[in-house]
Amino acid sequence: MTRTAPRPGAAAVAGIGATEFSKDSGRSELSLACEAVLAALDDAGLEPPDVDGLVTFTADTTPEAELARVTGMGELAFFSRVGYGGGAACGTLHQAAMAVATGAARAVVCYRAFNERSGVRYGLGQADRPLATGADRAAYSWITPFGLSTPAQWVAMFARRYMHEYGATSEDFGRVAVLSRARAATNPRAWFHGRPITLADHQASRWIAEPLHLLDCCQETDGGQALVVVSAEHARTLRRPPAVLAATAQGSGPDQHMMTSYYRPDITGIPEMGLVARRLYEQARTGPDGIDAAILYDHFTPLVLPQLEELGFCAPGEARHFVADGHLEPGGRLPANTHGGQIGEAYLHGMNGIAEAVRLVRGTSVNQPREVGRVLVTAGTGVPTSGLVLEGER
Amino acid sequence: MGSPHEPHESHSSQEERLRAFVGRTLGPPRRAQDPVNLPMIRHWVEALGVDNPVHLDEDAARAAGRAGVVAPATMVQAWTMRGYAATQAPPPDDGSGALVAELAEQGYTSVVATDSEFEFHRELVPGDRVEVEERVERISPEKATALGPGRFVTTVRTYRDAHGQAVATQRWRTLRFRPRQPDPEPPALRPRPAVNRDNAFWFEAAREHRLVIQRCVSCGELRHPPGPCCPHCRSFEWDTVQASGDAHVHTFTVVHHPRHPAFDLPHIVAVVDLAEGTRLITDLVGTAPEHVRVGMPVRLRWLEADPDLTLPVFAPHEQEDP
Repeated sequence: MTRTAPRPGAAAVAGIGATEFSKDSGRSELSLACEAVLAALDDAGLEPPDVDGLVTFTADTTPEAELARVTGMGELAFFSRVGYGGGAACGTLHQAAMAVATGAARAVVCYRAFNERSGVRYGLGQADRPLATGADRAAYSWITPFGLSTPAQWVAMFARRYMHEYGATSEDFGRVAVLSRARAATNPRAWFHGRPITLADHQASRWIAEPLHLLDCCQETDGGQALVVVSAEHARTLRRPPAVLAATAQGSGPDQHMMTSYYRPDITGIPEMGLVARRLYEQARTGPDGIDAAILYDHFTPLVLPQLEELGFCAPGEARHFVADGHLEPGGRLPANTHGGQIGEAYLHGMNGIAEAVRLVRGTSVNQPREVGRVLVTAGTGVPTSGLVLEGER
Repeated sequence: MGSPHEPHESHSSQEERLRAFVGRTLGPPRRAQDPVNLPMIRHWVEALGVDNPVHLDEDAARAAGRAGVVAPATMVQAWTMRGYAATQAPPPDDGSGALVAELAEQGYTSVVATDSEFEFHRELVPGDRVEVEERVERISPEKATALGPGRFVTTVRTYRDAHGQAVATQRWRTLRFRPRQPDPEPPALRPRPAVNRDNAFWFEAAREHRLVIQRCVSCGELRHPPGPCCPHCRSFEWDTVQASGDAHVHTFTVVHHPRHPAFDLPHIVAVVDLAEGTRLITDLVGTAPEHVRVGMPVRLRWLEADPDLTLPVFAPHEQEDP
């Protein structure tokens, strides 16, 4: 069965660029966005006037026109935004890939920049957000008055049920954090460079929202990340080997809520990720066996496990064994989060993970595993989400 | 609302002890530390901006019928003040100590001066040595005041010269009061629900202690959270059914961070399966984190979170409503 999709392989990532990742950038989010975008264009060997499309998150504060104006871009023929926080990450490239595949745009930059640590911190929750009565805010009426306000608390509900159903333990979640911090320890760009943790450290860290310890939660970061998407043909003429977008997809599951889809019969899986996985494998004409490495969205460790299950790397409830058996290590079956993940490198709403996937297919990751042909990247979990598959041409 | 000095004796015995002070002299007379002198008069006059020349200028004073300069009349109180050192470190009994202690014992721990009436008998001149004696004239019954309940204490101070002649008398009134408890901080409110046309019915029912579930009139499906139309049959017609209040814990979290002033941490939030089949995010009360289990039966209770917010919460089933 063939689905209409952004002509698999028609688009490619030609350049990546980022600011430093810090806890207090000391400058505007616009400034971070500009630096990341210009760095990505430089990496691709393109100039701002070459750009005619921009895609970002609805959560981003930098307007497309503003960014275009101050970086010296000219006309924009395509601009688009994707919602649902980190769920948007791969979705931005999905939009960009469709734009270049259809000819709506020739070169699209996807960007995300924020002072998430020194400015408005998502980790502090929604409890004190101003009141409006649109459907968007009204959805919180069932959540925040009961004291359930933060992403960690929302994820904790899924985690508890997953433990109950499958016998997973806090240590099973902890192994994900240990893995990410081990990769970050050898990544000079990572905030936690040189600072690995042990499972005992994870277990000893304080409670945030049981069953989540502090070290189950990713850090918060100030920074920006941008990626340049052009057609694969165009990319072959540019400075870097193309990272071909073999597949891109967005997904919102049945009975989907923003981040509290607790009303489904079973809440141990991530059906929207299952949908994304199906779409990705169809487009890339492959399956889990054809994937050599993965960047798994790790805002909170517990949801990394059902991602592996939804992506077909193991059966439901089996991910804890898959992780414990070392399959996500650099020499394992599916090297994952080689940059250190958001737990170890930076929380850039998943966009830094896509950049790492580009480095993996270019063969330039600081923790480069052996042969990496295809990398699968996921976006925010618990929310309407997205994913993509990159293929290298070396 | 107890003050730290909550009276623990009968009202009449307290009255009795205060009345014993009336007519009594508070300690021995207090002698001025220095005789009346020009430098201190100068300081006073300059500080208060007094422009009458009789206080500093001999000729002007004589022209005004005095023998020489005279001290400002109201300065009589200043000559007998105890001074900086004794204010910083009061001596064990500076005269009024016993009365002040008794008042404090009865809870009147704070003081504010209310009025001062002087009668002057003669002007003081440099070289005069003044002393003052203070006698309790009246202690009022307890009055309600803006500062808190208190008693007006009136004393008469008699200022005398070195020959024992009265130079001035002062009727001095203070309010000794029990400070009102500061108004407690208004309690922090829980995050407000965004009440709109699609969900108002549910919060209104909650205010009446009815936990309702939206029901499609057309196909009978229950749905929560509610919505304007039925995802099963697309009907926009709906009513509600009232939940029995029986439920089981589907999952839960124990919140430790971040702190919100409306919640005592750790705070247990759960997703419960209502007996009717829908789920609900709610708080678990009447239990402790270590006792909560997935699958445990719980029963509805009502939380009056604040005057504008009533929420359904759940407690372990064994625990009957009081």
